[in-house]
Amino acid sequence: MSNAIAQQRGLGAMIWDYITTVDHKKIAHLYLVSGGFFFLIGGLEAMIIRIQLMKPDNEFISAGLYNEMITMHGTTMIFLAAMPLIFALMNAVVPLQIGARDVAFPFLNSLGFWLFLFGGLLLNVSWFTGGAPDAGWTNYAPLSTTSAGHGVDYYVMGLQISGAGTLIGGINFLVTIINMRAPGMTYMRMPLFTWTTFITSVLILFAFPALTVGLFLMMFDRMFGSAFFDVTAGGNEIIWEHLFWIFGHPEVYILILPLFGAFSDIISTFSKKRLFGYSAMVFATVLIGFLGFMVWAHHMFTVGLGPIANSIFAVSTMAIAVPTGIKIFNWLFTMWGGSIKMSAAMLWSIAFIPSFTIGGMTGVMLASAAADYQYHDTYFVVGHFHYVIVGGVVFGIFAALHYWWPKMFGKVLNEKLGHLAFWPFFIGFHLTFFIQHFLGLMGMPRRYWTYFEGQSLATGNMISTVGAFLMAIGTLIFLYNIVYTAIKEPQASADPWDGRTLEWSIPSTPPFYNFKQTPLVRGLDPLWIEKMEGRKGVTPAEPLGDIHMPNASVLPFLMSLGLFIAGFGFIYQVDHNAWFIAVAVGMGLTLGSMLTRSLKDDLGYHIHKEDLVEKGDGK
Amino acid sequence: MKGWIGKLRPVFIFSVLTLFLAGCGEENLSALKPKGYGAELLLDLMVISIAIMLFVFVIVMAIYTFVLIRYRRKKGDEDYIPKQTEGNKSLEIIWTVIPILLLLILAVPTVQATFDLADEAPRSEEGSITIEVTGNQYWWHFNYPDQEVSTSQDLYIPTGERVYLDMTSSDVIHSFWVPSIAGKMDTNPGGNENTMYLEAYEEGVYWGHCAELCGESHSLMDFRVIAVSSEDYDQWISDMQNIDAEATPETQSAQDGKAAFENSCMGCHAIGNSPAGVGPNLSNFGNRTKIAGILDYNKENLVDWIMNPDEFKPGNKMQGYNVSEEEAQQIADYLMQLDHSEVTPESVSSSSEE
Repeated sequence: MSNAIAQQRGLGAMIWDYITTVDHKKIAHLYLVSGGFFFLIGGLEAMIIRIQLMKPDNEFISAGLYNEMITMHGTTMIFLAAMPLIFALMNAVVPLQIGARDVAFPFLNSLGFWLFLFGGLLLNVSWFTGGAPDAGWTNYAPLSTTSAGHGVDYYVMGLQISGAGTLIGGINFLVTIINMRAPGMTYMRMPLFTWTTFITSVLILFAFPALTVGLFLMMFDRMFGSAFFDVTAGGNEIIWEHLFWIFGHPEVYILILPLFGAFSDIISTFSKKRLFGYSAMVFATVLIGFLGFMVWAHHMFTVGLGPIANSIFAVSTMAIAVPTGIKIFNWLFTMWGGSIKMSAAMLWSIAFIPSFTIGGMTGVMLASAAADYQYHDTYFVVGHFHYVIVGGVVFGIFAALHYWWPKMFGKVLNEKLGHLAFWPFFIGFHLTFFIQHFLGLMGMPRRYWTYFEGQSLATGNMISTVGAFLMAIGTLIFLYNIVYTAIKEPQASADPWDGRTLEWSIPSTPPFYNFKQTPLVRGLDPLWIEKMEGRKGVTPAEPLGDIHMPNASVLPFLMSLGLFIAGFGFIYQVDHNAWFIAVAVGMGLTLGSMLTRSLKDDLGYHIHKEDLVEKGDGK
Repeated sequence: MKGWIGKLRPVFIFSVLTLFLAGCGEENLSALKPKGYGAELLLDLMVISIAIMLFVFVIVMAIYTFVLIRYRRKKGDEDYIPKQTEGNKSLEIIWTVIPILLLLILAVPTVQATFDLADEAPRSEEGSITIEVTGNQYWWHFNYPDQEVSTSQDLYIPTGERVYLDMTSSDVIHSFWVPSIAGKMDTNPGGNENTMYLEAYEEGVYWGHCAELCGESHSLMDFRVIAVSSEDYDQWISDMQNIDAEATPETQSAQDGKAAFENSCMGCHAIGNSPAGVGPNLSNFGNRTKIAGILDYNKENLVDWIMNPDEFKPGNKMQGYNVSEEEAQQIADYLMQLDHSEVTPESVSSSSEE
């Protein structure tokens, strides 16, 4: 109903289609475009930071603006770029990998996206209304509670709204993976990307509420006169740090785990080998997720928790290196004895292994609590987390996009341009961040607007800035590749990579109902099994029948828009009571939409068997 | 913990040297050139962790390089289907157990060092020195409660003994960091007082930074730690105790400056022993080598600073106290003659260079 008809109409119809869509594949497009947009904004902020630090005593931007830049760079990249890009991949791939026709709650899926988008937009509006948040992405009280202007209010409201979207998305994928697997797809036959999405969803479910609570307390401190973090009124500022990091540390694993899964699928496919130690890989993923919740205080070694707490958290943090090491070795041994094809997706995956290993090693160094008294809040930490987040998450997103692009958009990204984008980015990445470990130890704290002549920090910073420009060039080539591919490349086949999992058994791009007949899964790598036995596709698990599909709806968009409007009301009611009107209008819109959704039955519709037969493969 | 690690350290430093820059940073700023007990202990710990990590890295990279060269698909092999191995139990056990052992090797000295740096037992001994450190936006206050001496920005400590710091903040969270002597510790507002100790080996002037984002001028919240011999330290303490805040300066200009200072500045800035006020204590301003922690010490800069503080340290609290340029000149004359001690950063740096 949505796909074919919309394509025949104009741009307006297409926009309306995307605003109302509940199809996981289109929601993936939405996540990808908006996540990509915020990635570019965050990247621009990074470039401004690096230009400011290019030379000593630089005054390219003012100290106040610099604090806004670092705050927004971190917040944007974590919440508004990495998270949605991961959700784009999860939406595009997970239902296909488990042989489902959609996610468990298509309506919620759409709601999750729009909440994220409006939260992100709200946060970025702050640039134009008198200053962005400036207390760092960690937003420590009392710097944040006493920060002048409305910047931090935007942080609180924006993240609260987009965080709700993420939480909804996480629950949705949890239910989807538990309930909607095709017949025969047992847990221990799920592709690694589905497994890691599953664990990530669990982490989201348990980690985001801590952030929600922290943001609510912060919201009441700033907007309604409470004093949770105000020491002069009996509050305690350390509570924010705990709440933030109880969320913040699992967040790191929320980001990296799905890409561990993507790397597993990619390395296995391009080595033409089954993943080495599948059950160990699954076990390691679960263990990382579990341990991820008991290490948050390693971000707080210098807060003064005392030697006992510091030692416990040091040792628990070191323990995470073990399952991560298991993964690295299993990837290496997946390639061992294989037939490695150096496609662009594989190139990013191969680059990931040493980069992430370095990031993991500096992570163990940081886990050593006493030594962290030197590393903490210096460029050593900046180097470390960019090695894991860029070397792990960003490399992973690039790899996964190359790998699944044909499934998402029906065309294979140009391989030559893919390699061309990789090299400047890869070299630039190491130039930018490796040297930062040394800058930190040589006495450069992080979040420093400037440093002085005569501190021996100039050369390192210059190298770092040059590297950042190379990364920017790589990104631009990748963008050019997207445009070039859309115009020049031919339509991709269903299975361009000689894939192993179910998503490669249906056309690129898949019909809007995904599988005409739900497939029967007979083992790990179901498509590979069928191919090895000489069959063309996967055996269906059911006869051809009517397919039940959900209706499109504009309500998720309206609910999120309502919260967006109410957000402004909450922020500015401090200045003038009239702003409560915005709160009323916004909340009215949101609650009204919720009421509509609750009272109006929406039973979806059926695609009839006869239509399926007529359309052949559904195109 | 020393011994073999100590022997290994030059090797490590050499490799860093050859890998990278023509040095490990400035003598008085770099954590890689320890000049105190804490920094040395922590560098040893870093060396252990780097050694272990390099060992693992070399193994990973060896397998990695071999695999990528040996198993890369060759022309004509496009249809070759490799054996689909499921895994290998003994390998899995090896790469689970060995990392656990390696981490234990690191965990033991980590826990030791963590407790060592939190050890306050010697503090109860007679004559141990306690200094109260207060972080403020964007300056540091140092109070010597037993000696009834206060100063700001320049922290004087004796070499060769442990000096205990009781640390708090008057506004937001700051972090006190002197990389070449010890690690860092946050200063929290409210009741969460932290303690750490400094033990400097050599006389010298060491650079200190604020390491926790504290506002616009976070990067300008520098201070100095001036480590002097114990005789010089005693001398400095007695010089500081004998400051007469009421003393009349010699020159006319400085006398007028004193009057102007008492008129416009005294509300925030103390001369003589005082708790952390709104602004830094200026008792020994004439002995400083930096103005506001960052500017070169000369009269021109001082007048500029008094006239336009926000230009140099955006967001600081010295705002709106408009004094005329003439008054600023006089105040500068007054402040710069407040050099009550022979023990100064300059006397230390000249003696340590010899």
